[in-house]
Amino acid sequence: MTSPKAPDYRNVIQEQMRRNLRKRMMINNLISVYAIVCIAAAIIPLGSILIEVVKNGAGVLSFDFLTQPQGSIGSGKGGIGPAIQGTLIVVGLASAIAAPVGILAGIYLSEFGGNGIFSYAVRFLNDILTGLPSIVIGIVGYVTIVLLLGSFSVTAGALALSIIMIPIVVRVTEETLKIVPHSLREGGYALGISKAKITLFIVLMSAKSGVLTGIVLGIARIAGETAPLIMTILGTSLFFSTFTGPVDALPLRIWRLASQPYESAHSFGWGAALVLILLVLGLNVGLRLLAYKKGFQIKAEV
Amino acid sequence: MSSKSKEFLYKHLSGKRKSDKLFRNIVIAAAAYTILMVLLVVYSVVQGSSEIFSFEGLGFLTGTDWNAVEGRESFGAFPYIIGTLVSAAIAMAIGVPISLGIAIFVSEMSPARLATPLSFVIELLAAVPSIIYGLWALFVFRFWIRDLIELPLYNTFHGTIPLFAKYPFGLDVFTTGIVLAIMIIPIVSSIFREVMKVVPNSQREAAYSLGATRWETVRIAILPYARSGILGAAILGLGRAVGETMLVTLIIGNVTGAAAIPTSLFSQSQTLASLIANEFNEASSDLHLSALIGLGAVLLMLTLAINIGAQILVKKTVKVPTGGGIE
Repeated sequence: MTSPKAPDYRNVIQEQMRRNLRKRMMINNLISVYAIVCIAAAIIPLGSILIEVVKNGAGVLSFDFLTQPQGSIGSGKGGIGPAIQGTLIVVGLASAIAAPVGILAGIYLSEFGGNGIFSYAVRFLNDILTGLPSIVIGIVGYVTIVLLLGSFSVTAGALALSIIMIPIVVRVTEETLKIVPHSLREGGYALGISKAKITLFIVLMSAKSGVLTGIVLGIARIAGETAPLIMTILGTSLFFSTFTGPVDALPLRIWRLASQPYESAHSFGWGAALVLILLVLGLNVGLRLLAYKKGFQIKAEV
Repeated sequence: MSSKSKEFLYKHLSGKRKSDKLFRNIVIAAAAYTILMVLLVVYSVVQGSSEIFSFEGLGFLTGTDWNAVEGRESFGAFPYIIGTLVSAAIAMAIGVPISLGIAIFVSEMSPARLATPLSFVIELLAAVPSIIYGLWALFVFRFWIRDLIELPLYNTFHGTIPLFAKYPFGLDVFTTGIVLAIMIIPIVSSIFREVMKVVPNSQREAAYSLGATRWETVRIAILPYARSGILGAAILGLGRAVGETMLVTLIIGNVTGAAAIPTSLFSQSQTLASLIANEFNEASSDLHLSALIGLGAVLLMLTLAINIGAQILVKKTVKVPTGGGIE
């Protein structure tokens, strides 16, 4: 026999739960909207940058613009030939140092080092090197080479950029070699092949697309660096003449052009930015599409 | 077996061959080279800044003068330390919540078909060189900020809130902070995603099976689990914002001396890195150059502390590759 005065607990609780659930779903939806707004906040700048660079830069692109040295300041004549040439030289030299050193150090970490104190130190210091501001790394080029030679120089720029690139190559090489199956190495040992040959011709070869990815990512990264170049290669409006003298580079030229008070300099700046962005994003997009096809994933640069 | 053949086998099968030894030494040398580079960075900065530190002493860190005129030289890094910290703080305040939203959307909410192209686009943002961010910010974005955010804020609050008291031109710490935020978002959000990816699915399933909504799952099951990794990623982003040079140089307004200490959000300022970039090629004396490298020394200390802290925190949660690693 139930008491006639007992309240209907079931209804009360259900009503409470319904109200509660409505509130929880509302918060959930609000957060979803917030997350979508965040995505938009990241994509709108990228869209705007690409649109502006193409819109303002495409007009000045011409054969002369890509090959001629700069005309007199403010005249709007000439081009960015020396900057393109300089970027290719400095980035080329830097990768010629960073790629072999980075690959070999990566091999050490993956195949030789194990978990000893030395490999711990190498890993840790490489991570630290990745996080250092590029302008501080420029100081290295200045103090060690520019002061020694008494002149701003290509080699100083290449040294500084190589220091930025090395940790990227080291890390990618190590990560890639580590996922090469052990059975490949064991197969080599069973045939009596020396460890050097196993590492170079079996392990490294089977991981070559990954290692190449690291190198190209590193090149794309240093091609856009500006700050270390200010204190190493200086920038000039002339073509390359000697390894112990200044050269020009695309990012440096963009900076100088943007700082000039002339309309024509600004449009040249946009044109140079278009060339640089085509170079850097071209390398990145190409790599990522290739990686996507081959089924491996490139992790974000840190 | 004769002792000769034993010796032969030992020599050839136990990895003691000459070529192996040589190869081993080469890779060790390469690894040592990377360590040498770190030491070279420290050496160069110490060597280059020794003159200013012996001239100003520790007063270099607290001084506010910046005078390169011969005979009246006086250099102090204090305003630029403040400028660096303020612009980086604004960048963090804007960039970290947005990065978190992106990471939550990509890793927990969006369907896989959408997640891949989205992370692709966001990683492209990370690849854009900072000089191009700077060019875009100088000629395009600063007018958006000035007209859409700064002027309305100034018109409404300039009499009442000192933060908005200065008439905005778009070239100030506020704009700098926002552009820095845009620059660190792709980096920070992709580490956030890595960190959230290692949270085991059992965590999610447990929360869902209790009837949690998607946000509640993120809040009670994922964020607490990934806490130290998220903190570490944010600090890595801070390191980036502190050391960024070119885009700051183009949009922060570049004032020197005590005027570089920002008094409102719309004040012009200067960071350690931007002052080095601005004056390096125009330095009038060795002392002036040494003062600029001294700013670099301060910046090095700052970023070293930030990065070491961040590495330790991130590694506690997950081993995040710090190059362009591959899975």
